[in-house]
Amino acid sequence: MYRILSIGLAACFLAGCAGSNATSSQADTQADTEALEALYWARLDSAKQSFTEADVAFMTGMIGHHAQALIMARMAPDQAASTQVRTLAARIINAQNDEIASMQRWLRDRDQPVPEVHIDGTKLMLHGAGDHSMMPGMLSAEQLDELAASSGPEFDRLFLTYMIQHHQGAVSMVDDLFDKDGAGQDEAAFKLSSDIHVDQITEIARMRRMLDSLFLTTQDR
Amino acid sequence: MDDSAAMRITPPSPDPRVGLGAGLFDAEEAIWNLNKLSSTPPPEAFVGVTNSDLAFKGQYALQGNYNGVMIWDISDPSAPELVTEYVCPASQSDVSVYGDLLFVSGEGTGGRLDCGTQGVQERASADRLRGIRIFNIADIRNPQYVSNVQTCRGSHTHSVLKDPNDDENVYVYVSGSAPVRPEEELPGCSGASPDEDPNSALFRIEVIKVPLANPAAAAIVSSPRIFDNLVAPPQHGASPADAAALEAARARGAFIVEFGGQETALPDRFAAQMLAGFMAERGGGDPAAADSAAFREALPEIIRQRFGAPREEGENAGPAPGPTQCHDITLYPELGLAGGACEGYGLLLDIRDPENPKRMDAVADSNFSYWHSATFSNDGTKVLFTDEWGGGGQPKCRAQDPKEWGANAIFTIGDEGMEFKSYYKLPVPQTSLENCVAHNGSMIPIPGREVMVQSWYQGGISVFDWTDPMNAVEIAFHDRGPVDPNQMGNAGSWSVYWYNGVMVSSEIGRGLDIFELTPSAAISANEIAAAKTVKLEYLNAQGQPRFTWPASFALAGAYLDQLERSNGLSGSRIMAIRSSLGQAESASTAARKRMLLSLATEVSTDAVRASDRGKTSVLAQAISMLAAEM
Repeated sequence: MYRILSIGLAACFLAGCAGSNATSSQADTQADTEALEALYWARLDSAKQSFTEADVAFMTGMIGHHAQALIMARMAPDQAASTQVRTLAARIINAQNDEIASMQRWLRDRDQPVPEVHIDGTKLMLHGAGDHSMMPGMLSAEQLDELAASSGPEFDRLFLTYMIQHHQGAVSMVDDLFDKDGAGQDEAAFKLSSDIHVDQITEIARMRRMLDSLFLTTQDR
Repeated sequence: MDDSAAMRITPPSPDPRVGLGAGLFDAEEAIWNLNKLSSTPPPEAFVGVTNSDLAFKGQYALQGNYNGVMIWDISDPSAPELVTEYVCPASQSDVSVYGDLLFVSGEGTGGRLDCGTQGVQERASADRLRGIRIFNIADIRNPQYVSNVQTCRGSHTHSVLKDPNDDENVYVYVSGSAPVRPEEELPGCSGASPDEDPNSALFRIEVIKVPLANPAAAAIVSSPRIFDNLVAPPQHGASPADAAALEAARARGAFIVEFGGQETALPDRFAAQMLAGFMAERGGGDPAAADSAAFREALPEIIRQRFGAPREEGENAGPAPGPTQCHDITLYPELGLAGGACEGYGLLLDIRDPENPKRMDAVADSNFSYWHSATFSNDGTKVLFTDEWGGGGQPKCRAQDPKEWGANAIFTIGDEGMEFKSYYKLPVPQTSLENCVAHNGSMIPIPGREVMVQSWYQGGISVFDWTDPMNAVEIAFHDRGPVDPNQMGNAGSWSVYWYNGVMVSSEIGRGLDIFELTPSAAISANEIAAAKTVKLEYLNAQGQPRFTWPASFALAGAYLDQLERSNGLSGSRIMAIRSSLGQAESASTAARKRMLLSLATEVSTDAVRASDRGKTSVLAQAISMLAAEM
């Protein structure tokens, strides 16, 4: 963050501080705006230097973690999930696709290796990331096969059960990140990880309620 | 009457917000029914760092930034003057004011007690501030750091409550959505679940009491667990397409079961398996019609036995949890009400006892991802909740994103609690380069209508009418192209509020924008002039003041314009009343009073025959109020 201030001062010297001269002409105003824009992009670049290895490991791992959620959610339409589970699955696909793109962009912006996600049925191929099967909450190959072989109400029950497990894993990955020195100092990393944390906690609560309400008729409740 | 349906609004076509060129300070812009008075870039100490929320005090707009707080003198809204730059980093730096006090939220891990810019590297540190900072701004150019109150989850946002019955204190409701900090850093903080640790920082909000005579003594006074015993929320019904599919399945004789509170057709493959199992129990063989009928009858019990206890023992056991926190709590002290937007729920709270807010009602919605904020109608009979799907950092307004997701949901508030009416989402697609979702806004004090201005991040700002809760309609907008032409950047309007005649927007990257409404088919000059008669001494993002309108010709004219728009009164009477109002306005004071009294009586009589009796009576009252002023 010291770096940020020094860039600010440098731009001030070069271009004259914006607003410091009340009689500045239009040309000066133009120059001020250009200097301010240069400072804007310089500061954004500078903000990308404050990350830690823990942040990088988190982003890299979470891309693989999210990718498995995509595999699970993509099954819903073909396996006769209920309306509410299909809605949930569609939202998970939309949200986690966007978050994968954000995490890839975060890594690319910091010149880190960017895992590419390829999905073939229930098979996940990650290029540029290490072994992802040991991350918390990840489904085993057997669990994925079991989900893939189910349909209708059975799919709903398994999907919710396994997605809760999967989300709980993601939440604990954020908790682990915040338990490390220097992690989350990067504004974008803090925002991405805390958004994932709160979104998935919210979705876990939603899925538990859905699981509870499965097959219970109104009078039973 | 249905004002919005009666409005003859022709939105610009094609929508000029599509295809705007990118840029930071030189992006292409589209504007409709608004006039942009000024765009002022941030000063150097703050440029390139996120601008956040706004608060207002007197002639000043206070703008939060992840690097601190800026204070602008907006007496001349076409040329705001920066009077204070206070560098004190922390996200989100959401700001509120009361009297001479300024409150600032700190949530990020880099915030320091000493306002230093170097961040805090250690996971637990005595230097870290996560919570509320309190400043004295009696001298607006020299804020004095008074105190701070540390909280376990920091403060993502907060709400300042001035109880009408307590002049000695204000209360700050703290909402923090980030993970719980370690106990070594702040003793007593526990992220365990409440059944493991009754002192868990989860599943509660914090209430800070601030003695006005000694704000340095501000401290947490209670931690209400407003989420206790939340029952399973109502779900949305099936969409029309799903309902049609269900009927088609029923018609072809598919097996229908009730499932999660909704009827659903058993998939054929699954039903065939179950029927085979059923037949095996009955001794095998191919099912005859009688077997099928018996199976249909036995189906609910079979399903219950097979899936009746969906919860497995182990990590999914235990009570189904409610939210662990709120994102925003909008306080409406004059009504003793608050709207809590809390993870998967929208709550209605009774705040008449400020230290002990009580939950009155809760709603959920299967289309809502993350309940973010609430705005009440001025009379408190309606509430609008926003869904900040994706947290504001994602492009959720693309053509393929459903209109019910990342939108506003409008509810009426009645004796039975809140009732869902409709959604409103920014009605124009944005690109995948633009983070966009429903965000902060405020009511515009147009009498007799619910008109709101709202931020949609890089979707720009949208002004819409939700007088008819079933049918919200956009009536003005402003938008820029993406901040970055190559990838999604972080920009757009964080929040926009109506304050004393103008709309002030905090642009995340580009600074401070100020707009005024321009008259259109949707909003008349009288309505705008009447809105401008409402003067506030201060405004906080999460505090909703009750608007009251002083008597004015504009106010009477506004109601008359609304009657004309909705055909609530005959055209000839509207012309006659308008003419009488005009004559009275230009008459001498004594004559004016006489003319207005007589007109008020006439209009009261009109109300008996009018198709909109209610609004015609309100017009009569506005005219007699005006006469009484003379």
